[in-house]
Amino acid sequence: MAIRERLSGNEAISFAIKQVNPDVMPAFPITPSTEIPQYVANYIANGEMDTEFIPVESEHSSMSATIGASAAGARALTATSSCGMALMWEELYVAASNRLPLALCLVNRALSGPININCDHSDSMGARDTGFIQIYAENNQEVYDNFVQAYRISEHKDVRLPIMICQDGFITSHAVENIELLEDDKVKNFVGEYEPENYLLNADQPMAVGPYAVSNYYMETKMAQNTAMRNAKQVILEVGKEYGEISGRTYGFFEEYQLEDAEYAVVIIGSAAGTTKDAIDALREQGKKVGLLKLRVFRPFPDEEIAKALSHCKAVAILDRCESFRGQGGPLGAEVKSAIYDYAKDVAAFNLVYGLGGRDFTVEEAEEIFNDLEAYDKGEKAFAEYRYVGLRGEGYTVMREKK
Amino acid sequence: MSYNFKEEMNKPERLAPGHRMCAGCGGTIAVRGVLRALHEGDKAVIGNATGCLEVSTFMYPYTAYEDSYIHNAFENAGATMSGVETAYNILKKKGKIKENYKFITFGGDGGTYDIGLQSLSGAMERNHDFVYVCYDNGAYMNTGIQRSSATPMYADTTTTPVGSESNGKMQNRKDLASIIAAHDVPYVAQTTFLGNFKDLHTKAEKAIYTEGACFLNIMAPCPRGWRYPTENIMEICKLGVETCYWPLFEVDHGKWILNYEPKKKLPIEDFLRPQGRFKHLFKKGNEDLLVQFQEEVDRRWEDLQFRCSQN
Repeated sequence: MAIRERLSGNEAISFAIKQVNPDVMPAFPITPSTEIPQYVANYIANGEMDTEFIPVESEHSSMSATIGASAAGARALTATSSCGMALMWEELYVAASNRLPLALCLVNRALSGPININCDHSDSMGARDTGFIQIYAENNQEVYDNFVQAYRISEHKDVRLPIMICQDGFITSHAVENIELLEDDKVKNFVGEYEPENYLLNADQPMAVGPYAVSNYYMETKMAQNTAMRNAKQVILEVGKEYGEISGRTYGFFEEYQLEDAEYAVVIIGSAAGTTKDAIDALREQGKKVGLLKLRVFRPFPDEEIAKALSHCKAVAILDRCESFRGQGGPLGAEVKSAIYDYAKDVAAFNLVYGLGGRDFTVEEAEEIFNDLEAYDKGEKAFAEYRYVGLRGEGYTVMREKK
Repeated sequence: MSYNFKEEMNKPERLAPGHRMCAGCGGTIAVRGVLRALHEGDKAVIGNATGCLEVSTFMYPYTAYEDSYIHNAFENAGATMSGVETAYNILKKKGKIKENYKFITFGGDGGTYDIGLQSLSGAMERNHDFVYVCYDNGAYMNTGIQRSSATPMYADTTTTPVGSESNGKMQNRKDLASIIAAHDVPYVAQTTFLGNFKDLHTKAEKAIYTEGACFLNIMAPCPRGWRYPTENIMEICKLGVETCYWPLFEVDHGKWILNYEPKKKLPIEDFLRPQGRFKHLFKKGNEDLLVQFQEEVDRRWEDLQFRCSQN
């Protein structure tokens, strides 16, 4: 029987780490992910797990040591947020190009400056091209479930890529929610033992990691990573389905909420999906056909699947919790629009930015976005694109009228 | 254990020939010298910071190392080996690994004194069971002889060029061995290439087989950067020691030990004159620079003598 508990997101992922019991965890404190190494250190101190914890002197070193441990043949992980991830940036590429299936528990937080400890997605979105698999969560339950699935995806022989399990700083990391945990043995059986094929401490076959490889080999390594990332799509679906069989909660690339018959939809990542669902419930009561696509997997990017799921909509708003300073929205907007261009050209797609540095995103604001989409579609009102939702005062927008 | 040069030299090489380091490179001599101190039968993982050594010994798809090897980046050789060593401990505890492994990381002075100092300091403070070996050639040689904090004062480098308004590097070199010794690690030693390599061998063996974090600082001249004829490396090293520019010492569990005291300390000019990077010091009118250099060598030598006399 599953265990009913009340846990914060940080505690939930730490509990999953305890159940998986990996070999090595180097980590450095940074708000709001600090609690994760704290919980793990406590579990170890009380003999509840036998992971080796390395209290490193910086995040650059936490990822460096995680890479060393993983290359040596251990199941390894670390946790961080924001500037901590920025400091390990170089190492994210090294981990991915060395094809090390390590895990990174990321608690999303804004990047400096100004220094801000609250949630947005600029840290992981900036790392979207590093070669990490990226999986996001709406709530604590998903944080837990995603971590239990993490190594099954990253260690799969067709994948062998590092994986980033992301959750929203404070909103999920610190908020306590009801959660259903699996029994220890169920988790252990699901995750299994790590049996690396090539590793430094393999006495029968020494190995060299981290070569100098110039123009005659570099492109092939990138294609190999890219192929692994494409392969990860199938593996993510298989693991998500298998996880459903033991937990009752099946996972795919994204969740569709009232999307099937929706005329107007929002595409969003993370905890703000919950807010959007409340808005949808209210508008559905008014008879409006509105829905949500909550993206779970951002890397690999399920472009065709997203576009097909939105193809019947009249207009969609893609909401970025990240600024990319291209002058027209964020990375999610760019990628979803690109997918729509390829596979669902008739859908009008708009990009908005919300929630930077922890700015609240309200049910009313979500309702307004749906209403704006409808008004645009009916030719009543131009849609103010690229605007910041919840901004004080006037900002940059582009008014788009229906042709 | 007695040291037999011939026997040691007849051991199988753990750094295979065919790598692409320059002829007469001190870095390679340091690596071979240290790896010879591994007991036969013991397995090892060799770490490496980015630098000449790395780009010349592990050029895909070839590796010159007989042992497992990991290069990560420039500034994190200490942290990377921390992870490898910790993985070994837990996998051994879990019974997944049976064999005995030793862990040795090599970094140049750029990757050790400068960009990698934090990572090294962290690893030393946590007392991971590995040896960090700095092959100190006193500049960023891989990128083309830029100054580092290990570069001696007045050296001519590409970022401290000698010119009408410049006498080369303005600052004294960092005393890294003392900094690492201040971490209170079990063993720190400074050595270079001398005679039958007994000093280097003994210290490397001690470092490898002492439990905990150990540090070796090896003066490893670079003929290109120092500008002397390649074949003179042993003479240069000897002059470094005989002038007390590069004293041989150990800090064994906190105890400072001077390993060699020249009968007659040679003037620093003897070490500087054969090196093109100090050519300007011997121009007329620069006599005071030589005096200053000598004063700094004397000050450090006396300081070391004092520390070693306190045991």
